[in-house]
Amino acid sequence: MLTILRRELNSYFTSAIGYIYLAVFYFFSGYFFQSVISINSTDLSSVFLSLFLVLMFIVPILTMRLMSEDMKLRTDQLLLTAPLSLSGLVYGKFLAALTLFAAGTGITLIYAVVLSAFQVMEWTVIVGNILGLLLLGAALISIGLFISSLTENQVIAAVGGFAVMLMLMIMDAIAGSVPVAFLSELLYKISFMTRYAPFTTGILNLSNVLYFLSVAVIFNFLTVRVLEKKRWS
Amino acid sequence: MIEVKNLTKRYGSTAAVDDISFNLSEGEILGFLGPNGAGKSTTMNILTGYLSSTSGTVTVNGYDILENPQEAKRCIGYLPEQPPLYLDMTVKSYLDFVFDLKQAKLPRHAHIQEVCQLVGISHVYKRMIKHLSKGYRQRVGLAQALIGNPKVLVLDEPTVGLDPGQIIEIRNMIKALSSRHTIILSSHILSEIQATCDRIIIINQGKLVADDKAENLSKKFSDDHSLALRTEGPVPEIKTALQALPGVQSVRFDGEVSPGEVVFSLSAEEGTDIRKDVFHLMVEKNWPILEMKSRELTLEEIFLKLTSSDQTSLPAPEETEQTTEKGGDMPC
Repeated sequence: MLTILRRELNSYFTSAIGYIYLAVFYFFSGYFFQSVISINSTDLSSVFLSLFLVLMFIVPILTMRLMSEDMKLRTDQLLLTAPLSLSGLVYGKFLAALTLFAAGTGITLIYAVVLSAFQVMEWTVIVGNILGLLLLGAALISIGLFISSLTENQVIAAVGGFAVMLMLMIMDAIAGSVPVAFLSELLYKISFMTRYAPFTTGILNLSNVLYFLSVAVIFNFLTVRVLEKKRWS
Repeated sequence: MIEVKNLTKRYGSTAAVDDISFNLSEGEILGFLGPNGAGKSTTMNILTGYLSSTSGTVTVNGYDILENPQEAKRCIGYLPEQPPLYLDMTVKSYLDFVFDLKQAKLPRHAHIQEVCQLVGISHVYKRMIKHLSKGYRQRVGLAQALIGNPKVLVLDEPTVGLDPGQIIEIRNMIKALSSRHTIILSSHILSEIQATCDRIIIINQGKLVADDKAENLSKKFSDDHSLALRTEGPVPEIKTALQALPGVQSVRFDGEVSPGEVVFSLSAEEGTDIRKDVFHLMVEKNWPILEMKSRELTLEEIFLKLTSSDQTSLPAPEETEQTTEKGGDMPC
């Protein structure tokens, strides 16, 4: 697993993807940060809330090639004939993307440190926010990884990723327009926004933590099943 | 070392591999032969655990590939048809990665260097794989299979894309490797299989059609004992004269290769050696023998014979590859 993680991380930075991802992430988080300080506020919640939208667009870039590239290059033959379990393979790739994601998220910590020079910060809220962002990232990455395992075409993986992420983003709107009460409530319950928003306001709800964790675990499991199925078909 | 029992792989209603069984003992080199789409690669993919079989078992070094995949895979080095290379890595980092992936327990640097030297990629060690030529990529693929000194090597068309010099080099290397490894290789270049393998398995449409030593195969299938004769002289007379020789079954005129030089195929009755009689006849008539060789069926012919649906049509063999030890050229 560590072997896969290391290779994938290296690969992010031998191609431009890692740099582009970080640049885009830093640019937008920096933009949101400057709008916070321009109104003389030290409340970073709005930064984290806005980042939700950015993530929807840049996570597919992170995950599009993870599985599909191996299928295209036929390197899956190397990986699947090596003494390595399928879940080791999937989690290696998942953690590689998550590590890069965390490297992006890390910038918010710097913002907080900068702000702490001017005012006493509520660190627990900051930590909760970062945790929320990481959990959201884990869930989105696992979904992207799953989509990537379905196709050997990176573009399809990316576009499919965007489509699903967009769906997740407008889940609240969809939920509002569904006339059936119980369906609408269900959609609200599984909406990423509903689950993520409390983190930004400083509420650490265990059920939300578990929600994102289970989404990640379930989609990673599904990715393993997809790989398994390929052998048996 | 490798035990394959009743291996079957179905895609829907078509069987890519149909009830194949064979055993392979340690140190043997087995050649897999078959036309495109015969199921060679599928069989190899199943052997290495990349695909699973519909039914049947594969045991490598005592481990079942489905029940103990990790242990079984540890014993196998696999070079697929298309070498599984990450183009964005250098040869060094790629082999390092493979070393970790296979959880090899050997001294890292020394082992990787040794493998690189063996396949001749030491001088491109620090280059990106995407900048390497096809031949070098193939070598890196081979190096990858050798990492960790696996007991079994499965090589799917290992010499594809190499130049003739390299092909001979790789062939010799494979031969040398057989002292330490059990090897299965597939190829569509039949002379290659003939040159490297102890044993040959021919598959066609997923079925095993032959499994024997190379020389036994040619013996088994060469039922006619024929001679190819090249000479100079008037065709009808030579033909009649040859036909009249005792023991000659038939004479076929194969055409004029260059002005004046004509080629005949003679087939003899079983158990008779007509070479001396032919020689005396030609001397007597003053027709110079420019070339005369007896021939067994080459692997090409056996292959075609076994795999063509129309079993009777045997195309004329190529001239270049048929010198077998048994019936060498006769100088004149």
